[in-house]
Amino acid sequence: MHQSRFARNILLGIENLLMHKLRSFLTMLGVVFGVGSVVAMLAVGEGASREAMKQIEKLGSNNIIINSIKSIEEESTSTQHSHMSVYGLTYMDYQRINESFPNVRKSAPAKLIRKESRVDARTLELRIVGTTQEWFELVPRPVLAGKIFGKSEVQNLAPVVVLTEFGARKLLATKNSIGQNIRIGGDSFEVIGIIKSEAAQAGSIQIPDQQIDAYIPISTVKKYFGDVFFKRTSGSFTLEQIELHQIIVQTDDIANVESTAAGIERMLKDFHKKTDYEISVPLALLKQAEATKRRNNIVLGSIASISLLVGGIGIMNIMLASVTERTREIGIRRAIGARRSQIITQFLIEAVVLSTLGGIVGMAVGIGIPYIITYFSEMTTVVTLSSILLPMIISIAIGIIFGLYPAVNAAKVDPIIALRHE
Amino acid sequence: MSIVKFENIHKYYQMGSEKVRALDGISVSFDKGSFWAIMGHSGSGKSTMMNILGCLDRPTSGQYFLEDKDVSILDDNSLSDIRLKYIGFVFQSFNLMPHLSVQKNIELPLYYLGWEADKSEERARELACKVGLGERLNHKPAELSGGQMQRVAVARSLAASPHIILADEPTGNLDSVTGEQIMHLLAELNDEGTTIIMVTHEPDIANYAKNRLHMKDGKVEKIE
Repeated sequence: MHQSRFARNILLGIENLLMHKLRSFLTMLGVVFGVGSVVAMLAVGEGASREAMKQIEKLGSNNIIINSIKSIEEESTSTQHSHMSVYGLTYMDYQRINESFPNVRKSAPAKLIRKESRVDARTLELRIVGTTQEWFELVPRPVLAGKIFGKSEVQNLAPVVVLTEFGARKLLATKNSIGQNIRIGGDSFEVIGIIKSEAAQAGSIQIPDQQIDAYIPISTVKKYFGDVFFKRTSGSFTLEQIELHQIIVQTDDIANVESTAAGIERMLKDFHKKTDYEISVPLALLKQAEATKRRNNIVLGSIASISLLVGGIGIMNIMLASVTERTREIGIRRAIGARRSQIITQFLIEAVVLSTLGGIVGMAVGIGIPYIITYFSEMTTVVTLSSILLPMIISIAIGIIFGLYPAVNAAKVDPIIALRHE
Repeated sequence: MSIVKFENIHKYYQMGSEKVRALDGISVSFDKGSFWAIMGHSGSGKSTMMNILGCLDRPTSGQYFLEDKDVSILDDNSLSDIRLKYIGFVFQSFNLMPHLSVQKNIELPLYYLGWEADKSEERARELACKVGLGERLNHKPAELSGGQMQRVAVARSLAASPHIILADEPTGNLDSVTGEQIMHLLAELNDEGTTIIMVTHEPDIANYAKNRLHMKDGKVEKIE
């Protein structure tokens, strides 16, 4: 029975609102745009951050990436004369990381060398990635043909290469690719597999693999190409000796990533005189991206909330006018025996019905707009459940907050005066 | 047995610097089933008397017993409940809800009593027939004549089966013929046992009542 009374109250509210269709509609419009813009803005913000997250997740959120860099001191001393500069990560570093950190589950060393490759008349500059089989576990990419190299190839210094889809297409063209030999530098390597590569694109975040990669066992690379490289800087050649260009470390748990990274940094500091390495932690980037996302959502949300506020003020305005207009009705209801609280309920329900209907329509608008944005700008937009529910709850709350004052005003009407009111 | 009893009721209003004694020590009692006319010129205090009788207003001092219950000390919610259950109002200007049908207007008190929809529909139909408007249930007040509107008001005042009907100049906006019809209707209700208290300044109309109370300057002038 109580339930039906509530339903009747709502019906009564709707009936009263329908008496002034245009007025109710216009009032509702304020909430529609308010809720619509909040939902749409949150969708755009969410989309942008999802995009960033996806990029970061490709790096592996359990991973730590250590790169060799030329330290600043080295940079300044080596410019004039062609002398050999020795810097970067070493085989020993790799070994120590594996041995001294219990939280390290897997790690892959990498030598990264640019070399010209050739098949018949076709040439392509490749980035040689000399690594171990662990690389393919840390940077998992689908194998399109053949196989990737394993432990035995690494141990046997096998002259084999795994190409990316891009490299294979450029170099091998239509030929049956697996089993082909390609020349890299002066040596011949057998293509044993082709894998897919992530198209590295955009932004500050770098994915470990590139389209022009050619994966070769690290022992083979060391044997054929050594640790010393020519580097052309402003017209003159310099010699550089770098043992490892990169080490990718995977920890056993996401909770240990940051402590392990800090531990590795401390250890490297002990063994390196210069800071010729750089540690990047995708998880830290991820956290940063999350913080940015939160900040963006708050900014976007609060800008859009202003329009919700304006919608609420519209409701309050119209309800105040309605109370004045219906003074006599209120007087009659009070004389008949309506309590003050029942008058408050009646007007409050009208305001809430108005704002909730506005909220529902606004929600539809807010879900629709992101589709239009995505269609025209190719921007990713994501409408989440909470980005719909939050404005809905807010619009109901707005009905209550902005309807309360007019409703209380209505209940204050003195029936004796109201009944004389013409 | 008295249904309404005033004991030394005073009602003062502050009008600027002046204190208006709208009711100045009224002590009367009306019996159950009686039909009273309260008469007097404007400013005699009869409207104030009506407001207090109808629990729309509270006396400044004195006691008001409604069926032996002191209602002069009750709070706003309790007074609302008493209006709902004990009192039916009939006004000079009908005071119907213009946007509601005859049916819905009659049902209004039942809505606040929390009646179920089908039961109150039934009751409204019954009452509309009683006042001779059984055919007009779906009409809006604007489509009715003055007499018909007042009939709707009477039907509405009866909906909650009140103990008293308070009629404030019920024929004031009606021509004499329809006014007479309304008075017949009220007299009929009185015959059925409903206590009726009516305010009027027309002696012809007051003659329908069994008792008359004349007021002057906030005091009872005479009772007949």
